[in-house]
Amino acid sequence: MASQIVSAFGAVIAGVFACALYYWLSDKLLQIVLPVRSGDVQRISTNLKTHAAIRPWLFLGPALLLMIVYLVYPVIATFILSFYDRSGGNFVGLANYWWAATDAQFRQSIFNNILWLAVVPAACTFFGLVIAVLTDRIWWGNIAKSLIFMPMAISFVGASVIWKFIYEYRGADGTQIGLLNAIVQFFGGDPQVWIAMPIWNNFFLMVILIWIQTGFAMVILSAALRGIPEETIEAAVIDGANGWQIFWKIMVPQIWGTIAVVWTTITILVLKVFDIVLTMTNGQWNTMVLANLMFDWMFRGGGDSGRSAVIALVIMAAVTPIMIWNIRQASEDRGGH
Amino acid sequence: MNAAINLRRIGLPRLIVHFSVLVICILWLIPTIGILVTSLREPGQIASSGWWTAFSGAAETSAARLGEPSTARQDGPNYVISGSVFDAADAGPKGSVRAFGTKVAAPTEFAAGEAADLGDGETLTVNEDGTYIYSKNAPFTDKRGKRVYLSVAQPPSFTLDNYRTVLTSQGIGQAFINSLTVAIPATIIPILISAFAAYALSWMHFPGRAIIIAVVVGLIVVPLQMSLIPLLKMYNEIGAFFGIASRSYVGIWLAHAAFGMPLAIYLLRNYIAGLPKEVIESARVDGASDFEIFVRIVLPLSFPALASFSIFQFLWTWNDLLVAMVFLGTGKDQLVLTGALNALLGSMGGKWEILTASAFITIIVPIIVFFALQRYLVRGLLAGSVKGG
Repeated sequence: MASQIVSAFGAVIAGVFACALYYWLSDKLLQIVLPVRSGDVQRISTNLKTHAAIRPWLFLGPALLLMIVYLVYPVIATFILSFYDRSGGNFVGLANYWWAATDAQFRQSIFNNILWLAVVPAACTFFGLVIAVLTDRIWWGNIAKSLIFMPMAISFVGASVIWKFIYEYRGADGTQIGLLNAIVQFFGGDPQVWIAMPIWNNFFLMVILIWIQTGFAMVILSAALRGIPEETIEAAVIDGANGWQIFWKIMVPQIWGTIAVVWTTITILVLKVFDIVLTMTNGQWNTMVLANLMFDWMFRGGGDSGRSAVIALVIMAAVTPIMIWNIRQASEDRGGH
Repeated sequence: MNAAINLRRIGLPRLIVHFSVLVICILWLIPTIGILVTSLREPGQIASSGWWTAFSGAAETSAARLGEPSTARQDGPNYVISGSVFDAADAGPKGSVRAFGTKVAAPTEFAAGEAADLGDGETLTVNEDGTYIYSKNAPFTDKRGKRVYLSVAQPPSFTLDNYRTVLTSQGIGQAFINSLTVAIPATIIPILISAFAAYALSWMHFPGRAIIIAVVVGLIVVPLQMSLIPLLKMYNEIGAFFGIASRSYVGIWLAHAAFGMPLAIYLLRNYIAGLPKEVIESARVDGASDFEIFVRIVLPLSFPALASFSIFQFLWTWNDLLVAMVFLGTGKDQLVLTGALNALLGSMGGKWEILTASAFITIIVPIIVFFALQRYLVRGLLAGSVKGG
């Protein structure tokens, strides 16, 4: 164990050192091959120009290489693999797509994903907005925000254990140690196996993600609310608007853009939801979602790269509109010099 | 009167705001408190009572044998055996007796202090402090002492045994080291690489810059799922070609570095591009090369952005399960905390003392990081809320 700590530590130092060395050496090499400190003026001038042309690529090189190998190439390869059979060796045309269109489990996953998409972003944004408005009005609001924001630091797996304990079920006449069943029993109801209740179990899993992500929505929306010019609210007060009207007609329209950002960010997260379903039900009791189905097919029966590629492409297709929108936004307000 | 005046000054709606925020905070905290409290309780108590009763103590059923008939003394027409149920050699843990019974199926038949009529002219009274009086209107004929069953209220008790168990025998200690081995290099390596790239994309002029920026922004939201299959194939091929393990720490460091790269470049570029132009221009006029400008001026000035990103990346790599499942093995020397916890959920389902203690060890590091560096985290979120985790 100690040797592993040493080797991990060594890896950190070696990795950082290697990176630094690359940038430093490549810069030195450039200076030696194309000197700019001596020689005739003509030469220096051309060398300086060459430097300016080469250096950006030296700086960008490692980052570009990583992104091409780990992101750009795989996207293309996944697309191609979706037309091949399970081993990736034989071309099968649209067979994998046809399988997806007719597979019951795939349809189930799509349905569940749509359910998640309909509920989680809306719930997080709504709760986030409400909590942001409430906490902005009280002196201990920042402490409250910290506490609500805290689950964001917890891993999905950790959160799943936390919530599985809440949903815990012990036979109908045993002592219920799960909080939810204890409450149900306290009010005279019958304890339930929550995570095995068809349709509803999806919502019990969604609660976990809402619990984690509401803090995120709250932080972003709270910052946006503070950016609203005071005058607009004062003017509304003078005109005799009540709190409800001020909130819906003055504040919300002004932070519409931020709400959209929060909504889309959580949407992307929901499309990729994997850990929660894996640890809570592993897709049993009709809770399968696309990311889990894809992972399943990656390894099921030795793995089927064609089918899992199709599932990955469905997730990709769902985020593409958001991606295009992001690129447009970024190109519009491009900073830089 | 005073309270009424205070109430009027605070205003009822304001009180409602305080109250609702308090309720929301409690709702949000209870799940985490539940596992923290549970992880500190005895396994027996966890299984027999809800964690919310931990502070009021739990009732435990135990058995005890009363004194032998030979110790009976005569008291008028009756024969009496007395003593304390906690004095017996096989007595259960001490506490305050709530109820007792003579059949194992009904340990709470009689309340403590109540005189129980056991038939045959026998009466038994067990008091809360454990003392009992067992009397009969004739001599006792049994050879051995009578067996009674008790419901004993235990004072709240907490223990660190669960943590000791999971850290040593359940492999969580090793997994903790493995998680650190993954997360620290996977946080530090991408910072340097992305900072150089961000500088190039904000202060250097070259053809294709706008396209690269657009591609980086686009890559931020590319789902991880798109990368997994080709990368798994690639890793296996590289492993087979060089005859090395296809699942290694170096492999996951590079994977995490690459997956975090687009967001890192985006966040850092936003920050570095906003640095004052005069500082960088004047350094250029003084003859500093871009390398020198970057190392001496840009890097120190970008500390807040670097801190924001490193917190993100650390939380993301520490909490990740999917990448670790694909790029790391499931052996003891490579299983990270999230993977170990997932495995325990399968093999230890229902053993909440193990699960809650393991879960708490898993979440404690990110929570410390969160509370210590929350300021930078919020700043990073506000700067780059386009990434989906």
